[in-house]
Amino acid sequence: MLRQLVLRALAGIAVVWGVVTLVFLLLHAAPGDPAALLLGPNATPAQIAAQRDELGLDRPLAAQYAAWIARFARGDWGTSIVTGRPARAMLAEAWPATARLVAVSLSLSYLLGLALGMLQAARPGSRSDTLLSIVSVTLFALPGYWLGLMLVMLFTYELRLLPAFGAAGLDAEFLSPRGRAIDSVRHLILPAATLTLIGLGGIARFVRGAMADVAGSLFLTVARAKGLSSRTVLVRHALRNALVPVLALLGLSLPALFSGAVFVEAIFAWPGVGRILVDAVVARDYPVVLAATGVSATLVVVGGLMADALSAWADPRMRHAG
Amino acid sequence: MRGENRLGWDGRAMMGAALLAGAVGVALFAPVVAPLDPVLQRDVVATRFLPPGTTDAFGAFHLLGTDRLGRDVWSRLAYGARVSLGVGALAVLLSVIIGVIVGTVSALARGPIGTALVAATDFALAVPRVVLLLLLAALWSPSITLVVLVLGFTGWMTVARLVYAEARALMGRPFLEAALALGASRRRLLTRHLVPNVATPVIVAAALGVGNAILLEAGLSFLGMGVQPPAPSWGNMIAAGRDALVNAPWVAIAPGAALVLVVVACTLLGDALQDRIARR
Repeated sequence: MLRQLVLRALAGIAVVWGVVTLVFLLLHAAPGDPAALLLGPNATPAQIAAQRDELGLDRPLAAQYAAWIARFARGDWGTSIVTGRPARAMLAEAWPATARLVAVSLSLSYLLGLALGMLQAARPGSRSDTLLSIVSVTLFALPGYWLGLMLVMLFTYELRLLPAFGAAGLDAEFLSPRGRAIDSVRHLILPAATLTLIGLGGIARFVRGAMADVAGSLFLTVARAKGLSSRTVLVRHALRNALVPVLALLGLSLPALFSGAVFVEAIFAWPGVGRILVDAVVARDYPVVLAATGVSATLVVVGGLMADALSAWADPRMRHAG
Repeated sequence: MRGENRLGWDGRAMMGAALLAGAVGVALFAPVVAPLDPVLQRDVVATRFLPPGTTDAFGAFHLLGTDRLGRDVWSRLAYGARVSLGVGALAVLLSVIIGVIVGTVSALARGPIGTALVAATDFALAVPRVVLLLLLAALWSPSITLVVLVLGFTGWMTVARLVYAEARALMGRPFLEAALALGASRRRLLTRHLVPNVATPVIVAAALGVGNAILLEAGLSFLGMGVQPPAPSWGNMIAAGRDALVNAPWVAIAPGAALVLVVVACTLLGDALQDRIARR
């Protein structure tokens, strides 16, 4: 078990290293001088020459690559062209917001997705199963950026219930601790709901499929033959077994979830890594783009490791293997 | 199974096929079904934000209303369908080609090449796709070709994994051993025996992939990294409607609803196909 987690952690480090390498290669393959790209349009020739020297653009590619990896590992990610602040400081402020948004949405979409899939699996082929299938396929097909706008239209403009932008109101500084907590929850509702709803459909579909896969198993027949109630059979026996592939999906779905978070953060001006990335891409702020790419990959890898630990907890076979 | 006709197609598949056929029809016959020019602007002040179903001062009927610049939303939707469906189909075609090559080669090749390809697939699966798309869009200037290439080159992993798993499972089957024993070349083994047998699951993955690619293209265009205005795409139409949610919600609702319908259609078709394979 421990051995496996260590192996997975090493694989995770390899992924982050791979992403940083890919970024290096792309930066060199892109049209234009990397030094000029990294400094922006207002850089003087002297500054560009200094940057060229620092990146070692006149040295062989392998030496440049080694210097690049060393820089990245040290956390020296350069200075934002737009804000003039170190990219590292910007991302240090942003990643907790993304982690919070993703963690809340992930928990909610798994809870609701499991419930929806279970409801369908309890009576397969029934009218409610068909109806819920339509719901989950539609949710699965919803683009997050569009759903977010529709929720803003409804809850912010029509009903005037919830704020649509940012993670805290302009007056948050002046609120009591309780008022500040309520304010931050109110700001979280719409972005988290958007991300939850678009993830929910896929999970419900998957849970229904996993439950259908175990439906004909002998151990369920045995459980029923023992005289267990249908609820006990469904929850204690079918669900417990169906949970294994569902939890395996958790780790695999993280990259997609982060992709979704990029759009949702951009829509709701949520101060996370995704919004920084989008803003930086629009402004061609390369140091920040590169740093945000690395941080996103790291968050996905760490999340994946946590999902692995969870799968191991749910499936004793994995705990004892290897 | 319930509600099936003679071909074994259930209600879902029929529904998906009908929706998709409708969308493809609109895209192909855009000039017929939407007679107005999608980038036509006349008197902007007089024709902007007309609600759906109005006829403007020039006598043109706007089924889905007009946008900020007085352009006909239905025409833009119809011409935008060409972009969405075209980009989705081409990107998935590219992913399928790459995926089938990587999958079969990694299953057939023993030793370091196979291992490296499997590792590369796992690596590519672990990278958030949108982050990579944004990085590429930032480094190269946005265009439709770039979107197709980037979506294709970031979407092949599911197919590669499927093909790899299927091919490995097929390798031990008697018909392949028989082919080998008869002295079939590696190429013949690949083209006549392996690829036809992995075709069906690949088609399922492709159907689901088209929906995903269409959503991502629209997402990139929404962020301004894909199809550039004034050329219509469903993504940049949603972005354009974003500022007018209160006084002209139809501008953003129409392209979003079109996206949902097309992606639902792809998903239904993919699901129905998958069930057919499972029953065989």
